[in-house]
Amino acid sequence: MPDPGSSEPSLIHARGLTKKFGDLVAVDSVDFDVAPGEAFGFLGPNGAGKTSTMRMIGCVSPVTSGTLRVLGLDPVTDGPSIRARIGVVPQSDTLDMELRVRENLIIYGRYFDLSHREAGRRADDLLKFVQLDERAQDRVEPLSGGMKRRLTIARSLINEPDLLLLDEPTTGLDPQARHLLWDKLYRLKQQGVTLVLTTHYMDEAEQLCDRLVVMDKARIVAEGSPRQLIERYSTREVLELRFPPGVQETLDGLFEGLAERIERLPDRVLLYTTDGEAASLEAHRRGLQPESALVRRSTLEDVFLRLTGRSLIE
Amino acid sequence: MADSAVAGRVRTATPRPFERPAIGGVLAVLEYCARVYRRNWRGTLFMTFISPILFLGAMGFGLGSFVDAAAPGAATGIPGVAYAAFLAPGLLAATCMQTGGFEATYPVMGRIVWDKVYHAMLATPITVRDIVAGQIAWFAVRLALVAGAYCVVILAFGLAPGGPMALLTIPVGILTGLCFSTWIAAFSATQKTDNGFAVIFRFGLTPLFLFSGTFFPVERLPAFLQPVAFLTPTYHGVTLTRELSLGIAEPGSSLVHLAFLVVVIAMGCWASLVTFRRALVN
Repeated sequence: MPDPGSSEPSLIHARGLTKKFGDLVAVDSVDFDVAPGEAFGFLGPNGAGKTSTMRMIGCVSPVTSGTLRVLGLDPVTDGPSIRARIGVVPQSDTLDMELRVRENLIIYGRYFDLSHREAGRRADDLLKFVQLDERAQDRVEPLSGGMKRRLTIARSLINEPDLLLLDEPTTGLDPQARHLLWDKLYRLKQQGVTLVLTTHYMDEAEQLCDRLVVMDKARIVAEGSPRQLIERYSTREVLELRFPPGVQETLDGLFEGLAERIERLPDRVLLYTTDGEAASLEAHRRGLQPESALVRRSTLEDVFLRLTGRSLIE
Repeated sequence: MADSAVAGRVRTATPRPFERPAIGGVLAVLEYCARVYRRNWRGTLFMTFISPILFLGAMGFGLGSFVDAAAPGAATGIPGVAYAAFLAPGLLAATCMQTGGFEATYPVMGRIVWDKVYHAMLATPITVRDIVAGQIAWFAVRLALVAGAYCVVILAFGLAPGGPMALLTIPVGILTGLCFSTWIAAFSATQKTDNGFAVIFRFGLTPLFLFSGTFFPVERLPAFLQPVAFLTPTYHGVTLTRELSLGIAEPGSSLVHLAFLVVVIAMGCWASLVTFRRALVN
């Protein structure tokens, strides 16, 4: 756990960070620190304020109030210097459809004042890294969603950033494309790049993040490593019971005492307990006849449900 | 933390201030526009290079033979000057207006609303000021191509009694176009759809093309419309290019025309900066 008071300076330091759009409070006085080299996540549903926070860190959205330091600098006065050292993967790809694959990287390098030669050299390396070197001279438009995402990541690396901001890097991708991207991000982390990402996928957060904050309704509601959060806010195991349509509503009172905590969702009942098998046997003893009974480990989804009373993806 | 303990490999250095000549960001944006143009210049060939020849052929020489039937210059009020020589520099300025206007509509709105190209630039050290300046610099390059093509045609057909002074029609054409590029770019940055552009073309550029002195002197307009014509950049651009091409420009009036164009452009640049900032930074 990075300690904000320790001698190692935070790469990102936020205190009372707030963003308002007119009367709408998008980010409501959040505090967080990101240490060099870690992978830090913002987990939360759509509209929680994750993207607004990322855009403030990326120095493209002015801070309404509070303190924000990125790489030790103030976005208000040092925007271009900060942006020179970070890479940004925005939520929706902003690739240039009028230029070819490789040219997208080269012109981006030019925005960072790289020479043509250097931009070309890095573009070739990066296209290999994201396995798009065979598409270098192709148009961008016909690329698949996963390829476009990889190209966007390659583009964000053209300035060899210290800090990479990824806003929902794998939303909308198929499982294979997601795993390929996760692999690339993991390699970057090993190379010492600090990763900050937003996601509403708990598996992505668990795979990639050393530490994360859970955001809901513009605020941070919990903070820790995935394991810490699960230990703190959930139980070791979860028993999921599904009933035939209409049956669950008739079972009021029958779940009492089966588990430490019970969540009744529209399509299933979640029983939080240290021993799922035991709870399952007890449920049968009480005459409950679920269509299916599944014992699994707790995930961040359970943490989120506990903290907000809602599922992540509705 | 396990991974950050891979000491030394973690990049923690406080960044050096990012420094480059102030013009660097502008040139990078200009280079972007040029790269896009390299991909789709073929689509602009007709408007830039073919239409001057067609227009001059049909209107200048074809229609001109009727206009000049009594005596060259009798109809236009400039004695001894063939209608083609009267029309050609005017067309140069008026075409610059059209090209400059068009370049500032779809390309600008598309880069804000559709492709978010400017947003991508702003994630780098590029600033809104770089984007506005680079984009306007590109308008100037495009206009130089259009004005240059016209100028070549004018000289090739021997329509410039003013001689080498006619080359000055190129910068004046650029300025005429920029009056419209800057203001229309400022407008485009406020648009979410392309609905507004048809209005600009129908009720703005097309009437200006026809009634600002390009085809006939504004003195032939109804008296109440003449003051309106004097307030349009097109009139000043058309008049100045014509006087330069015909070799009848006078320093005093030329400076007035020039000052008018420059002021309109300066205000248009400022307006673009305001609306671009509003559209891109929030």
